[in-house]
Amino acid sequence: MSEQALTQDAALTAAHPYMANSAPELFQELMDAVGVEDVEQLFAQIPAEHRIASALQLPPALGSEVALSRHMRSTLARNRDCEQNLSFLGGGCWQHHVPAICEEIAQRTEFLTPVWGTPSSDVGRNQAWFEFASQLGALLEMEFVGLPVYSWGCAAGHAIRMAARLTGRREVLVPVMLDPERRAVIETYCEPPEMAGHIELIPVDVDPETGRIDVAALRQRISQDTAAVYCETPNSLGVIETECAEIARLGRAHGAETILGVDPISLGVLAPPGQCGADIAVGPTQPLGVHMSCGGGVGGFIATRDEERYARQYPTLQVSLVPTSVPGERGFALTLFEQSSYGSRELGKDWTGNSVYLWAVVNAAYMALLGPAGFAELGEAILQRSHYAAAALERVPGVSVRWPGFFKELVVDFNESGRTVTEVNAGLRQRGIFGGSDLSRDFPDLGQCGLYCVTEVHSQLDIDRLAEAIAEVIA
Amino acid sequence: MSSLRRYHAPVWDEPLVMEMGRSGRRGFLAPEAERGIRERIGDAAALVPSAARRRAAPELPELSEFEVQRHYLHLAQQTLGMMGVSLFGTCTMKYNPRLGEQIAARPWLAELHPGQDEETLQGVLEVIHSFDLILRELSGMSQFVFQPGGGADAAYAHACVTRAYHAHRGELAQRDEVVTTIQAHPCNAATAAAAGFKVVTLPLEEDGYPSVAALEAAVSDRTAALMVNNPDDMGVYNPHIKRWVEIVHEAGALAFYDHANFNGVMSRIKARELGFDACMFMLHKTFGAPKGGGGPAVGAYGCSEELVPYMPRPLVLREGERYTLEHDAPLGVGRVREFWGNVPQVVKAYSWARAMGAEGIRRAADISVLVNNYMEKRLLAIHGVTRSHPGIAEPRLEMTRYSLETVHAETGVSAVDIQNRMSDFGIDAFWMSHEPWLIPQPFTPEAGELWSREDVDYWIDVLEHVIGEAYSDPELVRGAPHNQAVHKVDGSGADDPSSWATTWAAYRRKRLASVEHQ
Repeated sequence: MSEQALTQDAALTAAHPYMANSAPELFQELMDAVGVEDVEQLFAQIPAEHRIASALQLPPALGSEVALSRHMRSTLARNRDCEQNLSFLGGGCWQHHVPAICEEIAQRTEFLTPVWGTPSSDVGRNQAWFEFASQLGALLEMEFVGLPVYSWGCAAGHAIRMAARLTGRREVLVPVMLDPERRAVIETYCEPPEMAGHIELIPVDVDPETGRIDVAALRQRISQDTAAVYCETPNSLGVIETECAEIARLGRAHGAETILGVDPISLGVLAPPGQCGADIAVGPTQPLGVHMSCGGGVGGFIATRDEERYARQYPTLQVSLVPTSVPGERGFALTLFEQSSYGSRELGKDWTGNSVYLWAVVNAAYMALLGPAGFAELGEAILQRSHYAAAALERVPGVSVRWPGFFKELVVDFNESGRTVTEVNAGLRQRGIFGGSDLSRDFPDLGQCGLYCVTEVHSQLDIDRLAEAIAEVIA
Repeated sequence: MSSLRRYHAPVWDEPLVMEMGRSGRRGFLAPEAERGIRERIGDAAALVPSAARRRAAPELPELSEFEVQRHYLHLAQQTLGMMGVSLFGTCTMKYNPRLGEQIAARPWLAELHPGQDEETLQGVLEVIHSFDLILRELSGMSQFVFQPGGGADAAYAHACVTRAYHAHRGELAQRDEVVTTIQAHPCNAATAAAAGFKVVTLPLEEDGYPSVAALEAAVSDRTAALMVNNPDDMGVYNPHIKRWVEIVHEAGALAFYDHANFNGVMSRIKARELGFDACMFMLHKTFGAPKGGGGPAVGAYGCSEELVPYMPRPLVLREGERYTLEHDAPLGVGRVREFWGNVPQVVKAYSWARAMGAEGIRRAADISVLVNNYMEKRLLAIHGVTRSHPGIAEPRLEMTRYSLETVHAETGVSAVDIQNRMSDFGIDAFWMSHEPWLIPQPFTPEAGELWSREDVDYWIDVLEHVIGEAYSDPELVRGAPHNQAVHKVDGSGADDPSSWATTWAAYRRKRLASVEHQ
């Protein structure tokens, strides 16, 4: 069939529900208005030798929502999810309770489907973004907060590049035990050694006794060439760092920036980056009311003190509270747009683009729901439950918990059991439990250890069930 | 002209959430520890070393659950979004089928963890692989990855793949330039620079694109890659693009096709058949996934067989009847973002593509281009509206770049003023132009296949009405909007360190300082 015949055929078939102008008569009416006999005339700019070699071969259309819904449901029903199973997976994507209101806000068409309007017609959304930044800033004790970036790793990568620009230095100290996904992203952002802008990541030991960064080792490695010290609390293995203030002091003494990665859900109980004296805070936004969605819920933030020195290095967009033409009325405008890639192309700070701005609205609603008491209470609940899990697992012969002093995630040691994490997890899976992630590949020094995540969604019964199942599996 | 709607945005005078509530009010209670936990663990405070404890409670609002819900619903209502008509060019405003939202909200997707065993993820892996096959058919590429969190991130992924490819060949130190054009999206230049390359930007010539000679002069043994879109966002297609790719290949560099403007050419060209080594599709744009006001988004990155070893991982592969994840590759760029991408958006895009089928996708392209040309006819009949590159005789593809320079010169009313005033009739912002503006007072509407003829006619009627007002009552337009939730926003202090405020705490501190100063 010729291209022309295909097109004419298409115009004669039933209208498609997603396309108002596919109504056959209307389509013809538009052709008449434009003055073409054949829609193909409108593609005259595309040379014949550029056209596709043969007609597209795609699976048959499921134009009816009835058929499409059946197909999607039957395919996705093959998944086994963390609601019907009991999951202890974490490591950059965590199972937290998503308040029902967050679900509703995420689904509002006004927030869900648009891209960009005028500052006045977008005022509601811009206000929600400002509330995201303000509330996150309150949690962090930081007064300048950018709109979110793709993920924690991307936030850390940008922050490291900010520090390199600020100091003109090219070395960054990072804990040797860093979440492998996050580390891989950071390495990408630091550019390979062949590039002039390469930033070298210098590993700092973690104290095998405590699981915390070895501050003495850090003191040895830090120098006048250090652009930044990057560390996290709780760190990638769940352990709370107790010497963040000392690390920030060391950074300042050497003219280096201190970048602190934090989980905002911990900040009702743990010291915020501002209190620690960190210069740049980064971290994840997914815990704040966003589903895991197979990793599709992740997002990241960058925040600093409200100092021009830092503000001028942000790669992100951000909104500022500003006046309108009517006295007393408030609006929101983009601030420091010119330094973004939209404003200055390759001369801008790194780049920005679509990010996870819908989640910023959801995060704002989440933080407002929790309030100061909610964050404190939730942090305590996570502490209690995760430590209960540690106590319960410690009682299983052959199982121990590697380090105390953790928040939400704990390293469970199976070395004494003679079982591999793979074997343990396979046994747990048969019992409807997803065990913690396997650390043996990325951290071979630990041997057979798993990273277990315990949050407010885990009940005492869930944790008891885990301990019993592990006992059975390793018996 | 039909009579225009008497639209008015809801005005709630909504306070900031930080100003709302009363001390002691609660919107969320954490689950109380069971007795067994309390007895065994005791007080949570003892579990945190004192040096690591938070000293002062965060300054967050204290609200009931309903107050939070109502507040954000008010803010939703004060966001016009797609409740009216949005012909935001370069972004291809589409219908985002509710079915996709319904499917993605269910636990079978929402409550999946990317670290689960493959056996428990077969459904979602099948969707990702099936959608990969659809994109391969649309582009001729050999493999797609969905990790990049937007179109710009996919451009970044390509810059990283370019690094890995040349590094493996021992040529990275020598090949330190990326060539692009001034009409390519800024993200191409910016991500190439962020990946460590020098950027060479070709200007447009009379035909609306840079000449072959200009490209030949720019390309050398220092060139690592070409990063370019086509058609550009003036609706102009570069007919020499095949020759461009040949020139780049002859120099030993890679050619990347930013398919941001795919809507008008989908089903008519394939990036690989034009010779490109890699391309990018935006699922939140061309493939019906929602935009979320700026993400979560997906830049689906596809490439030729030769480049597959360098792609970011993980890749979703099919082995017989099973789907599996390839987590690492020795030559690969590692990760540009954690995990496998915004998976719900991939699922929604797959659902959209299945709803459309090959014929639906072709019809969408037809309608996009047809309606753009319909708009063009009506718009150019309005006094004051002119078109970029008036000498190009062939019809534009899915969008056209216009100028309101005449209106501005004759009335002092700018394109921004007109945009603001149009919002008084329920018409949200048009796209103007990326920086730098090559055309003064630009605007770039794109109807795509979504908006009905009635919507498009209404949009044009409003523009015509507002341009009329610019001539009869320019102050009315310059003072717009008048029917929005707030009036004209004054961003003049937003770049001043003494007044910018990205947080409420910064705002209060600076306002206090300015009061004291007075």
